[in-house]
Amino acid sequence: MSGGEPGALGRDDVAHVAHLARLSLTDEELDRYTGQLAQVLAHAADVAALDLSGVEPTAHPLPVVNVLRPDVPRPGLERAEVLAAAPEVEDDRFKVPRIVGEAP
Amino acid sequence: MSPGGAAALAAAVRSGERSARSVVEEALQNVGATDAEVHAFVHVMGDEALKEADAVDAAVAAGRDPGPLAGVPVALKDNLCVRGVPTTCSSRILEGWRPPYDATVVERLRAAGAVAVGKTNMDEFAMGSSTENSSTGPTRNPADLSRVPGGSSGGSAAAVAAGMAPLALGSDTGGSIRQPAALCGVVGMKPTYGAVSRYGLVAFASSLDQIGPFGATVADAALLYDAVCGHDPCDSTSLSEVPRGSGGLDQGVEGLRVGFCTDLVDGASDDVVRRVREAANALAGAGAKVEEVAVPELRFGLSAYYLIAPAEASSNLARYDGVRYGLRVGAADVTAMNTATRTAGFGDEVKRRIMLGTYALSAGYYDAYYGQAQRVRTVVIEAFARAYAHFDVLLGATTPTTAFPIGERVDDPMAMYASDLFTVCSNLAGHPAVSVPFGTGDDGLPVGVQVLAPALGEELLFRVAAAVETGAP
Repeated sequence: MSGGEPGALGRDDVAHVAHLARLSLTDEELDRYTGQLAQVLAHAADVAALDLSGVEPTAHPLPVVNVLRPDVPRPGLERAEVLAAAPEVEDDRFKVPRIVGEAP
Repeated sequence: MSPGGAAALAAAVRSGERSARSVVEEALQNVGATDAEVHAFVHVMGDEALKEADAVDAAVAAGRDPGPLAGVPVALKDNLCVRGVPTTCSSRILEGWRPPYDATVVERLRAAGAVAVGKTNMDEFAMGSSTENSSTGPTRNPADLSRVPGGSSGGSAAAVAAGMAPLALGSDTGGSIRQPAALCGVVGMKPTYGAVSRYGLVAFASSLDQIGPFGATVADAALLYDAVCGHDPCDSTSLSEVPRGSGGLDQGVEGLRVGFCTDLVDGASDDVVRRVREAANALAGAGAKVEEVAVPELRFGLSAYYLIAPAEASSNLARYDGVRYGLRVGAADVTAMNTATRTAGFGDEVKRRIMLGTYALSAGYYDAYYGQAQRVRTVVIEAFARAYAHFDVLLGATTPTTAFPIGERVDDPMAMYASDLFTVCSNLAGHPAVSVPFGTGDDGLPVGVQVLAPALGEELLFRVAAAVETGAP
């Protein structure tokens, strides 16, 4: 992932982004996605090639910034209802598998 | 379903001439009779709907006005949260999830007396143009069951087209309301960015997503838009002042300046272009000043869209990690659990877009792809502004072709993405646009004509759309 040349997407790049996105791909999927993503990026080459050096980027189309509301406490969601949707719960908390390795 | 449309249906319920229960029962019967072959719905809210209908009838009996949509059945795209009702976005990863709150649009519908009758099928997380990327299988086009209904809001479009619900809500990130509306032969409208609250809409690409209406007629779509639009403190991207849409429906187009946008028909099939020209002629015949206009910058919109939308999606969909809701596939540690869950829970197209977006945002490529696409977005907005200095609205095709056969484009992402050629620029600019049915193509399938207006031009948009509808064959 060191180069910055648009359109030069390879199998290793796809494996790397799949890892970043927490997706596991079979070899067959890796081949298929590499071809398809390269095709989409090739189509985007027209955009990548434009000289837009003097143009400001647009992040969203609204003329709105820093939306604030009065800092007044409001009721949140029902805790029991929220926890009921979780795959695993213990003592009113979301339970997940081990996060860090065993102590040495 | 009713000759006078949703407004007449509501009037009959408000006057006591018809009960909301009988209207809703009829809708549920239509779903039962038709949906086995169309598959517009992923979840029918039978009991809830009858209960709400009874509440509307009770209000009428007590002399209270239940609202402008009294007793009118509405279908909801399955990315709109209804408290306690399954909301899956047609994804395995949200199978069985019941939201702990209502979307603001759902609350507003209820306040207007409308009755939600079910959740409609969609491309998974709204990513697609055919409603084939669904964990529950494709929706079929009621006009020809071998064809796609378009997407991603294909279930909502098909529900209205088949008469299973007079009204439906969908969401439009790059054309996902207008494109299926065109392919199914109904009216579908994307409002100005910020005009309708997105609180309770499951996010896909947050700088582009908007909720909007489907109806059998322009008047019905405008009525539904009026019921759901307006500021909402729960959505910080919602605009503070939002004008209603239906005010000018009967005012005609005398003297309005209509730009026939050549770049919004370039690449469409001949029969589709012919229909757009006929629509332009109909508007000219009704007194509008119609001229051709080129806006060549719009041709860069599709590439920019397919960088921006996946980039935002890759970020938004990071929340599906198997921790707080939805699917979990167990594994020894949390990273392996995240990976196993996402690998099993997401379909092919969602994975494709997440990876594309992750790549477009990654170190070394960010500026060449995502940054450049954001600059193109500015170019598109400025190009629209130049056009709107000379024209009140623009006219073009909604889609390059009529409905294509199921299965034709599922393995060819670029062919599928090309369906959005004429719709994405309104999302990039945050402008409103509507698709109006205008006859059929050479294959006998529905054609949609698209009207585009500047930000907050909803009243003008519906007014011109009504004139297009009047001129339709």
